[in-house]
Amino acid sequence: KSITTIIAVEFNGGVVLGSDSRVSAGETVVNRVMNKLSLLHDKIYCALSGSAADAQTIAEMVNYQLDVHSIEIGEDPQVRSAATLVKNISYKYKEELSAHLIVAGWDRRGGGQVFVTLNGLLSRQPFAVGGSGSSYVYGFVDAEYQKGMSKEDCQQFVVNTISLAMSRDGSSGGVAYLVTIDEKGAEEKCILGNELPTFYDQ
Amino acid sequence: MSSIGTGYDLSASTFSPDGRVFQVEYAMKAVENSSTAIGIRCKDGVVFGVEKLVLSKLYEQGSNKRIFNVDRHVGMAVAGLLADARSLSEVAREEASNFRSNYGHNIPLKHLSERVAMYVHAYTLYSAVRPFGCSFILGSYDQDDGPQLYMVDPSGISYGYWGCAIGKAKQAAKTEIEKLQMKDMTCRELVKEVAKIIYIVHDEVKDKAFELELSWVGEVTNGKHELVPKDVREEAEKYAKDSLEEEDDSDEENM
Repeated sequence: KSITTIIAVEFNGGVVLGSDSRVSAGETVVNRVMNKLSLLHDKIYCALSGSAADAQTIAEMVNYQLDVHSIEIGEDPQVRSAATLVKNISYKYKEELSAHLIVAGWDRRGGGQVFVTLNGLLSRQPFAVGGSGSSYVYGFVDAEYQKGMSKEDCQQFVVNTISLAMSRDGSSGGVAYLVTIDEKGAEEKCILGNELPTFYDQ
Repeated sequence: MSSIGTGYDLSASTFSPDGRVFQVEYAMKAVENSSTAIGIRCKDGVVFGVEKLVLSKLYEQGSNKRIFNVDRHVGMAVAGLLADARSLSEVAREEASNFRSNYGHNIPLKHLSERVAMYVHAYTLYSAVRPFGCSFILGSYDQDDGPQLYMVDPSGISYGYWGCAIGKAKQAAKTEIEKLQMKDMTCRELVKEVAKIIYIVHDEVKDKAFELELSWVGEVTNGKHELVPKDVREEAEKYAKDSLEEEDDSDEENM
């Protein structure tokens, strides 16, 4: 798979995105505080995983395209539009690129939405995990996710997942970044190492 | 209202001393020579009606359609040079299709009409080409934005409307449309009124036979633009013919 742990979850009225902060080149950690939750538009973010260069470049391109698009149509873009733009790039250059972006945000038509764009597919899901750390937490998220969680429940769910993944995956670590998006806007938060929840063996 | 251009009207790349581009105005005259098309937006949809003049009894019924489908949720009714209109409907279809491919959802009608209007406008800038000799009305229905109606004319501007008419009887049609309380009507009620207006503005003396083309898009069709079904059309035409007879009778009484 790829470096990082990323996750995005829908709740009624918005989404929560979460990521770790480790960037590694082989065994060396080159950045221990990188924010992998990238802005695509006011109320649409994406979570980066895989090759840092590839993922960042895709996010920048789509950010530009969405800026132009939102001015052309005269309103905020739909989350589906952002996800389709990411998917189009990921699919066209799938042989050359090595990145997976999870796109999540809020728009007035569909409320909170999470889209997966792995390998150039496009799929809407209630929640999604990605990156190398995600393998260790599939069981946890499948068991713990419940429909109709509140905003605070979702935030706690995301923080728990990231924390568990960081403690088992060598390519994930550092601090946890959280972004909560709803009708009012996007709120970014950073949770330091000593404030993260602890589980067995910690 | 006709004025002679004399020298300033030879190409679209020339202004006249009083600031007009005559080629564009001549293009609009081409639209005024064509038979009428109207589009009306109501509470839950949009209805189009076209007075399609039948020039020969040998024509197959339903040929030379003047209402086109541009994407599933958008309809386009045209007036003017039919060949120009067909080519523009292809342009509109491509725009809608590219938008869906790039952004993953239906094109908003305002955006589509602006894009096609921009294309029409481009042909009013150069002497090597002539402006398009057609106007058209675009209509769509969407769950979130509701019904929308836009009209584009040969100069390349687009306006949003609650009701509009293009073609030879557009003034008479506009008068009839203004009498309607369209914001409170449903598509089913409106379709009958649209048929009636087309019958009213049709000139029996100058033009002989005509075919009524009716189409709608709205909650009644679940957001899909399509020609009105046969039974609804027959009911609407009957209503239109009956209303005309009533008016004839009442005229005689006044005499």
